[in-house]
Amino acid sequence: MTTQQRTAGIPLLTRLRRVSLGRWIMYLLLLFIVLLVGLDAILRFGLIDWAKIQRNFFKPDIMRDMFPKVLTIAAKNTIIYTAAAFTFGLILALILALMKMSTIRPYRWFASGYIELFRGLPALVTLFIIAFGLPLAFDFRIPGGILGKGTLGLGIVAGAYMAETIRAGIEAVPRGQMEAARSLGMPKPTAMRHIVLPQAFRIIIPPLTNELVLLIKDTSLFFVIGTTLESKELTKFGRDMMNLHRNTTPLIVIAFVYLIITLPLTYMVRRLERSTGKGRI
Amino acid sequence: MTVPPIQIRDLHKYFGELEVLRGINFKVASGEVVCVIGPSGSGKSTLLRCVNLLETPTAGTILIEGEDMTAWGADVDGLRTKIGMVFQQFNLFPHLNVLNNLTISQRKVLGRREEEANDVARRMLERVGLLDKIEEYPGRLSGGQQQRVAIARALCMNPDMMLFDEPTSALDPELIGEVLDVMRSLAEEGMTMLVVTHEMGFARQVADRVVFMDGGIIMEQGPPDELLLNPSHERTQRFLRAIQHI
Repeated sequence: MTTQQRTAGIPLLTRLRRVSLGRWIMYLLLLFIVLLVGLDAILRFGLIDWAKIQRNFFKPDIMRDMFPKVLTIAAKNTIIYTAAAFTFGLILALILALMKMSTIRPYRWFASGYIELFRGLPALVTLFIIAFGLPLAFDFRIPGGILGKGTLGLGIVAGAYMAETIRAGIEAVPRGQMEAARSLGMPKPTAMRHIVLPQAFRIIIPPLTNELVLLIKDTSLFFVIGTTLESKELTKFGRDMMNLHRNTTPLIVIAFVYLIITLPLTYMVRRLERSTGKGRI
Repeated sequence: MTVPPIQIRDLHKYFGELEVLRGINFKVASGEVVCVIGPSGSGKSTLLRCVNLLETPTAGTILIEGEDMTAWGADVDGLRTKIGMVFQQFNLFPHLNVLNNLTISQRKVLGRREEEANDVARRMLERVGLLDKIEEYPGRLSGGQQQRVAIARALCMNPDMMLFDEPTSALDPELIGEVLDVMRSLAEEGMTMLVVTHEMGFARQVADRVVFMDGGIIMEQGPPDELLLNPSHERTQRFLRAIQHI
């Protein structure tokens, strides 16, 4: 028995040793690269052109020039556009989700068609069609200017994505909940609103927050609508500053601003997913 | 002459090709306690769920206090408030605490003001012996406690009759007694009750009438002692023998 154990043990050990050797090589390689770059930064032996990097990506006077407008105009607009499109999209998605579960077949067909259509198209194309195609074809103006056009365009797309999420959430609520509510005399809409939807939304808050993060980034598409000085969102603002200064620094600045907005949200999603995961045994 | 609370005439129910109920006729008189027994798949739960139209009958008529619930344009929601229902799986609302479980339909359906609804809820909770759990959420209660809250929730609507769909089947054996006690006291107070159950002891003690169903029809019915101890139908004898040998 002992010999058997030993013969079984030996190849295992050598394999472990080989794995740890490989890991050591990886660490050493990393250390080498870090040391090389770090020493270059201090001793400037010309491996990397640090001055060029700073000149193009981190120019202090351009950074200074961007504040406070990058926050008071660009970031503010990005948040407003996101909030508007998300709210509109959410209402649309709820209606679509309920239609998709309707007993009336044409409603289901319409909802399915809508969802497939707008999930299949690039958001940019939808935005173009809504903002330019429709007004041109039917000779009318979408009220609310850029905010109105953008909200409509992005909201229509977001609604298609969120509709499926909401439907999945509603279907995850046990049937007995609706039955208990109906047996107490609640009409279906009342039962839906007070019993089923609160439970469904608790389930789908993480995926909905995810959609919100996607939407924040999608507001960068608003540039196709044509924005004025006061209505620029982050990406458009950064691009204009880049053109003005012929320098990449503004893009680095807006990248940081995006992260300041999105990272807390993604962090929140992860925490919510963990906590709802715990609650649902 | 009083109108019977529940009257069922020639009730049929299909699930697809399968005929689950094959012509049910029966009445429940005011204050009567009727227990429905039978093997699984006999249609007894479906029958109960048809009474408050959780299942739509394929054919037949259901009269609640003389009003045709199956008629086109009948006030189904209004009639349902007269029928309390207790489910096998309790079906308490997990996002609401016990108090709100008991008040939400009082407020949204009966239009009671908050203080009034809270008063009723407290009275009913006291009745099932759970007033101290008023702030708890359902997830923190035992199965027996959840079922007693569910009974209290149904009672808050002041129903004229109660339906029980295997109310103790999902419970640990040691928790069954507390639920049956509540049901027994309800029966003693004169509530009209239609109970689908496997608790033969309860049926014998409390029921005025026991109905034996098999294959979607009522095979036999009668006073509990007669039906449970001395069944006339061979199928009933076999069923009762089978469950006593467990």
